[in-house]
This record gives sequence, structure tokens and C-alpha cells, in this order.
Amino acid sequence: MGNPLGRYLLTLRRLWGTALAMQLEYQANLLLEVVAAIANLIGSLLLLSLFYGGGRALGGWSWPQALVVLGVYTLLEGITSTWLRPNLSTIVGHVQQGTLDFVLLKPIDSQFWLSTTRLSLMGLPEIATGLGLMIWAAAKAGIRTTPWLLCQTLLMLLASGLLLYSLWFLVATTSIWFVKTWNAIEVLRAALSAGRYPISAYPAAVRTLFTMVLPVAFLTTVPAEAMLGRLTLPWLLLSLMVACLGLALSRAFWQFALRFYTSASS
Amino acid sequence: MAPSTSPIILAEGLSKTYRVAAKDPGLAGTLRHFVQRRYNDVAAVRDVSFQIQPGEMVGFLGPNGAGKTTTLKMLTGLIHPSAGKALVAGYTPHRRQANFLRRITLVMGQKQQLLWDLPALDSLRVNAAVYGIDDAESHRRIHALAEMLDMGNELKRPLRKLSLGQRMKAELLAALLHRPEVLFLDEPTLGLDVNAQARVRSFLADYNQRFGATVLLTSHYMADITALCPRVLLIHEGRLFHDGSLEALTQRLAPCREVRLELAEPWPLDSLRAYGEVESCEGMVVRLLIRRDALTAAVSQLLADLPVRDLEVRDPPIEELIGRLFVQGTLS
Repeated sequence: MGNPLGRYLLTLRRLWGTALAMQLEYQANLLLEVVAAIANLIGSLLLLSLFYGGGRALGGWSWPQALVVLGVYTLLEGITSTWLRPNLSTIVGHVQQGTLDFVLLKPIDSQFWLSTTRLSLMGLPEIATGLGLMIWAAAKAGIRTTPWLLCQTLLMLLASGLLLYSLWFLVATTSIWFVKTWNAIEVLRAALSAGRYPISAYPAAVRTLFTMVLPVAFLTTVPAEAMLGRLTLPWLLLSLMVACLGLALSRAFWQFALRFYTSASS
Repeated sequence: MAPSTSPIILAEGLSKTYRVAAKDPGLAGTLRHFVQRRYNDVAAVRDVSFQIQPGEMVGFLGPNGAGKTTTLKMLTGLIHPSAGKALVAGYTPHRRQANFLRRITLVMGQKQQLLWDLPALDSLRVNAAVYGIDDAESHRRIHALAEMLDMGNELKRPLRKLSLGQRMKAELLAALLHRPEVLFLDEPTLGLDVNAQARVRSFLADYNQRFGATVLLTSHYMADITALCPRVLLIHEGRLFHDGSLEALTQRLAPCREVRLELAEPWPLDSLRAYGEVESCEGMVVRLLIRRDALTAAVSQLLADLPVRDLEVRDPPIEELIGRLFVQGTLS
């Protein structure tokens, strides 16, 4: 049988292979998607340069520093298009069509399967631009990237990616009860778009909301702080904790939802 | 009958009750339902018990909504039973332990697991990884199964370009790659043409022979059941009505057989009544219903007494019998 980790890794590799093959099956569609993604990106960059033009500062963040936040946000958007949206929308499809049964009958973790079967190339331009923007803006803000700084940033990006995943998965899980949850996911996206700007740019009450209730602060501001070398250890630990908590919560909620699942009977 | 081995499928007092939303029709009903949801309890399966020995092929019959699919879902672990116990291959299904899942498979005629846009081989490679089957072994198995299913290059073509029959065969292949011991098949021949049905049927018989797999099969096509299953379970309104051979079921449903006579000359109706119930008498063709236990005696009597040109004894078609049962809703 081989060891379980090897089995999961091989499964993952083959899943992604088929996911890419599936996209390449429709060349024209893929080309259009990439063009759309690039056009979308150019549009939002133009808009933001208008916003931030004139050397204004935002909540104590200089223009280049704020651009690091935007870079993180763009990166997360790319991850959403590449990884989260394709996978989690299939959960809704599985529930509607009753094919979740096939997933549940495989000797593999159902959350793992549902979170990894799809991969879209559509978000890759955004991921590249987000990373580029982060590096460029940090340099502009006068930051010398040391290996330690890089490690911290990567760790915080990982934490924020996992947190974002957990939020998406939590919302997608509710489709077990409500079947159509696409609107809820749009609401989540709209709320998270607040992460475009540094958290300190918001009034105190909103700031509390975005830290304690909807963890927007941990998604973009904290990784940006790490990149700018201003992250304190308590915030770093807190961010890791929040990410782990999010994951644990998404897992527990999924297990709970499965107990209610009875599938569309024929 | 004393089983030599322990049963591979065991259901004991298996029951499932669903909560179903009760909604009145029309806009008013919809609005009321949106504001205040009301639910009814519907018993889909009630107190069903049976045992299946390893290697058996058992047909699972019943009209739509009788509880067949619900029972299959409880046995595969997709649904928790509301009451009772299920044991499959020594495992409690609803715990869905990996070692249990490796031993079973579920094929649903109206749902597919293979990826629509890709050749079946791609999906099969993923399944092989999931079940931890190495490349050499999975090639061997795919080749062997493809041969049994009479499949060639279809596995390399995108699924969407295959016919329904070819797709079903590919689905079967995918469902059997891990060589399960217990096969739950829910309408595996649904929508297939007669040739494709026959192909799937002979494959299942072949698979059962070769690997000694246990099969529990539901089908709307009685030909599937008569060809494959010496034993049938008949479920109606959630209750198990019959567990035994198909012949026994026919006997139970139809205590009489039909005797069709062609006579050399017309015969008075009254004297025909002495042999059995006269179903019809048109010119020289007479159809009689005669109780099974009196059949042999009645037939030899008929041959001795009447100018018989031709005589045919047959069972009323099983579809008709079961259909009649479900309309009447009772079984003595």
C-alpha cells in the first residue's frame, strides 16, 4: 500500500496533472481567461494609482508601504482564482448532483480531495503581479530584504493563505444544508476586499471588527508588516494561532456537516 | 440452509426515517414555507433484515421510492441508519474506515464519477493513486478489465465523446479497479440499449465468477435480475416482502400458471371450467389459469379428454406480477 503520505502526494500530483489537462482541453477558453485576468489587473492598478497619487499617506502608511499591502491582496486574489474558487465551487456542484457520494466512498480524506481536485491557471498572472508588487514596493519603501525577513514573510503568507482557505471552506461547507451558497461566497469576497488597504486606515471600530470577527488584518496587513520588517513576535505568533484555529474550525465544521449529509436521493 | 461461512452483508432491523420539508403548492405555499418550515417524518426503510453470503449475486427489487437506494446508501455508509444494524465485510459501514472503503464499491447508473472532459484513463490514474495501486499492477488490472468489458481505445478518448454504453463500461472499470469484494450496483444498466445491457450483464456474471465478488444489484430491467440473480430481495414501502429465489417469488405472486390450448374443434365453455379458471375462450384458443399444485394432473387430464392440437404452459411475466403487486399494494 505504500506509506499514506506518499499516497496523498501521488494523488495530489495526478489530480493537478488532470486539472491542467482539463484546462488545456479547451485552448480558446484558456487563452480568453488569461487575457481577461491580465486586463482585469491593469484596470485595478490604474485605479489604485489614481487613489494613491500625489504622495498621500494612508493610516500612517506611506504610498510604497501601502502598495505592499496591495501586493499581498493581489497575491491572495490570485490564489483564490487558482485554487480556492475552482475547488470550492465543485463542492456545491457535488451536493447538487449527488456525486459527493463518490468522494465519500474513496479511502482518502474528503476535505483533502475536495480542496485539491481543481487547479486553474487563471490566477497565475495575479499571483506573479502580487509578488512583483510586494518586492518592488518594499524596495521603494527602503527595505533591505534579509533571509530572516523573507522567512517571516513567507511564513505569514502561508498563515494568511491557510486562513483564507479556511474561510472559503467554511462558507462552502454550508452548501450541505442550503445547496446554493454562491451568494454567501460573494459576500465573503466583498468583505475581504477591505484587505486592499492597511488595517490602520480604518476607523477604530471597523479595525476591531476586521481583527476580531472577520480576520482581514491577518490576511494582508500582517504579512505586509512582516515584509516591511515591522512585525512583532506576539503578532507573528497570534497570526499563526489564528491560521491553525481557522483550519481546525473548518475541519470540525466539515465533519459536523457530513453527519447531516444524506445526499439527493433518487 | 446452514451457511458455511459468515455473511458478508448483514442487515438487522435496518431502518431510516427522513425529515422531509412539507410545502404547499403555489406562491402562498412557497412564502409560508420560506417563513415557517414544516417537516414530516417519512419512513424510507423499516425494519429490514437479511444476510448475504460471500460470492452471492442478489437482486434488489422494488418500485421507485421503495427504499432500495436508501438501503444501499446505508450499506455503503453514506447514510446513518435511524435504527438497526448493518455489517459489511465485517465493518460498520457508516464509520467509513479506509479498510472498509477499499473492499466495497458503489456504481450508480444515473451518476458518474469519471471526469467529463478527460479520457477515462486519466481518472483511472487518479483512482489508482487513491487506492495505492502501483503503476504496473494498475496497468494489468485496467487491461484485464478492459478485455472483459470488450473495450479498446475508448479509454483514451475524452469521456464526453463516448456513447452512454461505453461510458457505463468505463464507470464500471473505474469502480472495480481496486478489486472490491462487495459490489453495490444501483441501476447499472439504466438507459442502455439491449446490446449494451447484455454486455454489462455478462461482464458482471464473469466478474462474479472470476473474483468471487458479492453483488447486490438493483435494476428496473427484469432481464438483469433473471439473468444474474438466483436470489431476490423485494422491498415495498420500506419493508422487505420477499427474500428467496425468483421462482419462489413468482409462485408467491402468482399461485396459478397459464395454460394456453389450441383445440381441433370448439368445446363448450362449461366443461372447460372443470379444469381451471377460464381466462379467455376465443374460437378454438382457450386460456386457462390452473393452480400450480394441480397443474400436472390437470394437463394430463386435458390431453386425455380434449382434442388438443397445441398446449403451452407459462408463467405470467414477472414484471406484470410485480407491477400488479405494487398497484394493489398488498402481498398475501
